[in-house]
Amino acid sequence: MTHLIEVDSVSKYFGNIMALKDVSAHVNAGEVTCVLGDNGAGKSTFIKILCGLHQASDGQYRVDGEVANFASPREALDAGIATVYQDLAMVPLMAVWRNFFLGSELQQGKTPFKRMDVAKSKQTVVDELGKMGISIRDPEQPVGTLSGGERQSVAIARAVYFGARVLILDEPTAALGVKQAGVVLRYVVEAKKRGLGVILITHNPHHAYPVGDHFVILRRGEVLGDYQKKDIPLEQLVQMMAGGADLETLQHELEKAAAQTGDDELAEAATAFGEETEQLGLGDE
Amino acid sequence: MVRRIGGEPSQPGGRYKDVTTDAPVDTDDRLIKAGLLKKLLTRPEFGSIIGAVAVFAFFSVITENFFTVDAISAYTNPAATLGIMAVAVALLMIGGEFDLSSGALIGGLGITMALLIQDAGAPVWLAMLLSLALAVGVGVFNGYMVIKTKLPSFIVTLGTFFIVQGAGLGFTRLISGQTTIYLSDYLEGSDWTRILFASTPFAGIRIPVYYWIVIAALATFVLLRTRYGNWIFAVGGDAASSRAVGVPVNKVKIMLFVNVSVSAWLVAMFNTFRFQSAQIGTGVGLEFEFIIAAVIGGCLLTGGYGSAIGAAIGALIFEMVRQGLAFARWEADWFKLFLGLMLLGAALLNQFVRIRAQRARS
Repeated sequence: MTHLIEVDSVSKYFGNIMALKDVSAHVNAGEVTCVLGDNGAGKSTFIKILCGLHQASDGQYRVDGEVANFASPREALDAGIATVYQDLAMVPLMAVWRNFFLGSELQQGKTPFKRMDVAKSKQTVVDELGKMGISIRDPEQPVGTLSGGERQSVAIARAVYFGARVLILDEPTAALGVKQAGVVLRYVVEAKKRGLGVILITHNPHHAYPVGDHFVILRRGEVLGDYQKKDIPLEQLVQMMAGGADLETLQHELEKAAAQTGDDELAEAATAFGEETEQLGLGDE
Repeated sequence: MVRRIGGEPSQPGGRYKDVTTDAPVDTDDRLIKAGLLKKLLTRPEFGSIIGAVAVFAFFSVITENFFTVDAISAYTNPAATLGIMAVAVALLMIGGEFDLSSGALIGGLGITMALLIQDAGAPVWLAMLLSLALAVGVGVFNGYMVIKTKLPSFIVTLGTFFIVQGAGLGFTRLISGQTTIYLSDYLEGSDWTRILFASTPFAGIRIPVYYWIVIAALATFVLLRTRYGNWIFAVGGDAASSRAVGVPVNKVKIMLFVNVSVSAWLVAMFNTFRFQSAQIGTGVGLEFEFIIAAVIGGCLLTGGYGSAIGAAIGALIFEMVRQGLAFARWEADWFKLFLGLMLLGAALLNQFVRIRAQRARS
């Protein structure tokens, strides 16, 4: 079947460094694909290929089954692929409605008297956010007065309103508290219900698991697996994310160093680390 | 036209009532409760309005004739040229940049026109246009340099300031051997210049005052109601974010520099046609007065926030104090003291407002 967007055996080299190797993943309309990976797993490179900032060195990138070669983020955006970055591209001192329409202002009137349609802009913002379950007190309030989760939500609502079919969310919950992260995740589900394909990039399996339909695990530039939710319990996801084997190696390294130097503190740290690894493996949440 | 994706629009706050706070309060109720005073407090020009009323009240009480036509024209006439510049400088500051060359440029543009008329024999209208072209050129140069070099505009325009001043003096002396050029002989038969730039159409209020009011109103409209205004706030608030959503950041900044230079040209026309002479050195030092008026009017030095009408009012406060001291027969020495206090007060108030605006709710 054709997927909304799909990457097929995509690789990316920077000189002789291989950032991604044979990565395949897809998202369908009304589906949330979570891409999980630790630092250095290749998440950023993956996003940059999807949003048109980088081009793949190898492999195919398909949109609606047709090969797409985006030369710039603008082209990807025109194809309905919107990326919400961590910094959100918003101006804190400006009102919510001004930010929402920044660069694509609603206008009315003939040329010398062309002006923004303020009332309609404000109403649209209230409606669009309302649809996604965010009640905004006053569209005139500066974005800087919104909480992190609300800001993230406004950025997502903006992408949806301007015609996105696929939303790529880069670590949307990374800088948020539990409650705020909940608001954003709820928003992800809303976007999915409205028929968008969502690619959620995160290092937090606890945030990904409740909203995801399937999970692509990246490690050191390669796909470790692409699992349907029914095929993988949260515990296993956490373990794979943490990279059980890697942690064990790390523990051994610490122990070795402790033995060599005879440093008690280091030995203690190694033991503590081992216990933690075990706990992670069991998955306490 | 925007494309929209998605199902039927649902009622805002209907199904998903209040997900952001605990208290189940309806959206619109809270809006009304915010109150008029609180809303006013978030307006950048709020401080300048209070300041203008306070200064006016103060001098009305301690002098007898602050409300007479003579007095009003005494402070509105100088406030007009200051105000026209302050409005342009305010827009530039909201856009996140400075212009220190704006004062010296007034003298430079006036003397350029005068030289063209006296020594090159150019007709008045042509000299005016060439001087205007020079103004546009300086604005483009300032903007282009700031964008290309990524140096702070403070430094770039400080350079332009010296270039304009030095070149003005050097060339004027080289060409005419004078530092002041009298034009009264050449302006005979050019009555339209007097009507346009140096007349007093009504009740002792000179024509620059009317320009000032129109420019302040126009700038406020552009700033608050057009997409260009939106972009001015955006490029000053966060240039990288603005670029990411498709705002032509460089174009906006260059336009703002050009706007300042062209305003300097307009003020040069007022000066030259009123006194029928041009003098090199006119306007030097005034650039700080423009910036001070803009700050009194609510502009942040860091950009992204401010008001055009506020800057116009800031200029009015400035001249009311200057003339008020004269009316009260106090030494003019006190003016700088007032100025310093007003500037500090305004900057503190702006900071307070900005912190309120940026404070994230937990």
